[in-house]
Formats: sequence, C-alpha cells, structure tokens
Amino acid sequence: MLDLSVLVNNFTFLIVQGLLGLGGFTGGTLRLAVPAIVLGFVFGIFVGLARLARARAISLPATLYVEFFRGVPLVMVIFWIWFIVPQLLRVPIPEYGVALTAFVIFEAAYFGEIVRAGIQSVPRGQVEAATALGLTRAQTMRFVVLPQAIRNMVPSLVTQMIVLFKDTSLASIIGYVDLTKAAQIVNNREIRPFELYLFIAVVYWVCTYSMSQVARRFERRPA
Amino acid sequence: MTETVIEFKRATKWFGKLQVLREITLAVRAGEVVVVCGPSGSGKSTLIRCVNALEPIQEGELIVLGESLTRPGVNLSALRTRVGMVFQSFNLFPHMTVLQNIMLAPIKVRGLAPAEAEKTARALLERVRIPDKAGVYPANLSGGQQQRVAIARALAMQPKIMLFDEPTSALDPEMINEVLDVMTDLAKEGMTMMCVTHEMGFARRVAHRVVFMDAGQVVEEAAPEAFFAAAKSDRAREFLSKILTH
Repeated sequence: MLDLSVLVNNFTFLIVQGLLGLGGFTGGTLRLAVPAIVLGFVFGIFVGLARLARARAISLPATLYVEFFRGVPLVMVIFWIWFIVPQLLRVPIPEYGVALTAFVIFEAAYFGEIVRAGIQSVPRGQVEAATALGLTRAQTMRFVVLPQAIRNMVPSLVTQMIVLFKDTSLASIIGYVDLTKAAQIVNNREIRPFELYLFIAVVYWVCTYSMSQVARRFERRPA
Repeated sequence: MTETVIEFKRATKWFGKLQVLREITLAVRAGEVVVVCGPSGSGKSTLIRCVNALEPIQEGELIVLGESLTRPGVNLSALRTRVGMVFQSFNLFPHMTVLQNIMLAPIKVRGLAPAEAEKTARALLERVRIPDKAGVYPANLSGGQQQRVAIARALAMQPKIMLFDEPTSALDPEMINEVLDVMTDLAKEGMTMMCVTHEMGFARRVAHRVVFMDAGQVVEEAAPEAFFAAAKSDRAREFLSKILTH
C-alpha cells in the first residue's frame, strides 16, 4: 500500500527546496523555470525579429541559430556548458548558471520561431495602414503588429512554456536539485518510488495545468 | 490657377518583370477630386499607393506636396502624415477601440496630448456620423461603419490629400452610400482627393476629373460629363459598356 508518511516527512524538502528553490542551497524547479521562461522569451523576441529582418547580415545568423539549436538535443547543450565551456573559459560555472544558460539559449530558438510565425500572422494591411498614418517601422511594430502577434502566439507560447517547465527536470543530471532530483534524493534514502514519483507527477501536472488555465483566460479577452 | 499638389512625371514602376506603371504623367491640383478607374490589373491601385510611397516608383519623378519622393533621404513618414489613405479592406487595428484607432497616430506621431487627441477624435466621429461607437471594437461594427472609422482615422492627421483605394468594394450594397456620403461631404469641404472606385454615380456627381487607366497607362483624362457621355478611346468605351450595363 502507499505510505504517504514519506511525503509528509519530506514535504519541506520536496516543495520548499525542490519545487520553489528556497532554502540553504541553490536548487528548485521554479527558481530555474521562471527566469528561463522569461529570459528565453525575451531573447526569443529578438531572434524572431532578427529572422524577419531585411538585412541578410541580421537574418542569416538568426536563421542559423534557430536551425542549429532546434537540431540538437537539450541534454547535449547542457553537457557542453557543464563540461566544455568551463574548460575554455577556465572558470567553474555552478549548476544553476549552467542550467539557466542552457535553457535560455536552447529555448530562445523555439520562442524565436513562435514569435516569427506570430508576426507573420498579422495581415499586411495592418502594417500598411500604420505606415500610411506616418508611424515609423518601430512604432508600427510596437503599437500595431506585436500586440496582435502576441495574442496569436499565446497558444504556442504556452505549450512551449509548459515543455520548458517540464524539461527543467533535465537539470537534475548535472546535480541541480530541482523537484525531480529532490525526489530522487529522498528515494535513495527511503526507497519509496511509487509515492515519490507519483507525487511529483501530480505537482508537475498542477503547475502546467495552472499555466494553461491562465493562458485560456488571455485568449478569451476581447480581440 | 491653384497649385499642383501631386505630379507624376513619366513615372514608371515594375513588379519584378511586370511593368505596372508606364511613364505616367498626371497632375492633381489642390482641392481637386480625381476618380481613377479602369479594368482590374490596370495599375490604378498601384498608382495611388505611390502617392504616399507605400509603393516606390523606379523611374521618372513623383512630387507630392512639393516633395520629390524619389529624392534620396526624403522623410517619408513626415510626408505620409500629410497624405491620408483609406483601404478597400478598412485595415482598422482590431486590438484597439474605435477611439484608440483614431487617436494612435495623432498621439504617437504628432505628439498630441491624449485629451486633445480624444477631443479631435470624437469630433471626427461626429463628422462621419457614428459618435456613439467610440468605445466599440472594430469587430463589432458593420463594414460601412468600419470604413467610416477608417476615414476618421485618416482625417485625424489633418492630411492635405486623401487617397481612397476602392473604399466601397468590400461593402454590402446597402452600406455603400453611407461611405460615399462621407466622401462627398469631404469633397465639398475642398479636400484634395484621389479615389480608385467603380462607383460611377459618385464619379459623375463628385469628381472634377476622371482618369481612365489600362495596362499601366493613363489612357484618357476628362471631366466626368464628357467621359461618360463620349469617351474618346475604344478601351474606355468598352470598359464603360461593361460596368454601366449590369
């Protein structure tokens, strides 16, 4: 039978440390996922805009960036930054820094594609109308195109954010104490895999389901 | 003799290998209403889209409000604030209310205070006869109402010239007149207008001049009475017989 006392006894470690990342040493799924999502998206906006730039000197590197990082596994990017970059720079990088850098670099490629598709989904007439009113290219982008594009992007963005959120469990392979790693640590001591891995599945699900619910509210706002 | 505000001098334009404007020479004076008509693909939309530089010309010269658009370094944004444009598909900004649509450019481009921009915007809505729709989103307006908002949005920049690119072609028949009425008011107030339209009744009543285009050329220019009574070219007569007999 399931013995839930293992969860009760280790609740603080699993949730406060593993999920939230508060406490003595660095770790935490949210502490990694939230900045990774925010920075990845911001960086992705620039990647997406760069891909649409008229100047090939800007669009070509952005395209290569996207094609490259979409073509390699995330684990490999994490390993590079964990093993190779410190050797090249001759400075150690802590797990948190490695994981965050890897996620931002990797996810910016995906967010960039979503941003590009979202911008291209805005009809040409919108740009023409704004241009005809005398708005500059930057003003047209900021006040007319992006607000509509972002609304169109919401479903894909949320999907990608959920994927990223779950992928943070990969950071456990370099020893970063996220929710998955925390469960693994407790399990090594108490050997209660059913209870622990079922429990973290529920925690992941609650988080991702909340994300999609918030997103649905966004989508329902008046056009 | 009033001043010339739009002047095409042997203006030529290509889309890739397709020549869409062939050495157009045409002048529009201040306060004049010019209707441009012609079969589809004749280059009439392209012609008026050149006037606010949505399309560049490749050869010849185009002077609008004293600015040569082909001169290097010409400030196109500044020019566009003086040339309003209304599109076939309205192109209102769907994420903004009617009022926000009208206020955007005066605030962001002209630097007007929001309160002042709102006052102008509400006055313009009065003028296009939909003052009660200020807080509504475009999706909740009929086509005719959307097009009138689009006209108000263009007028908010206080342009010297208004361009209309088939403003009633996307409208249901019963809504065409409400848009044409607003355009007629505007013409009576002395606005310089270039209209691409198939509304020949409007051309007859309001236009000072009809320009007939075919295959990228201005084939004929005439006062509306003369044009409709006895077009000189075969192509214009053929075009008129097709659109006036349905």
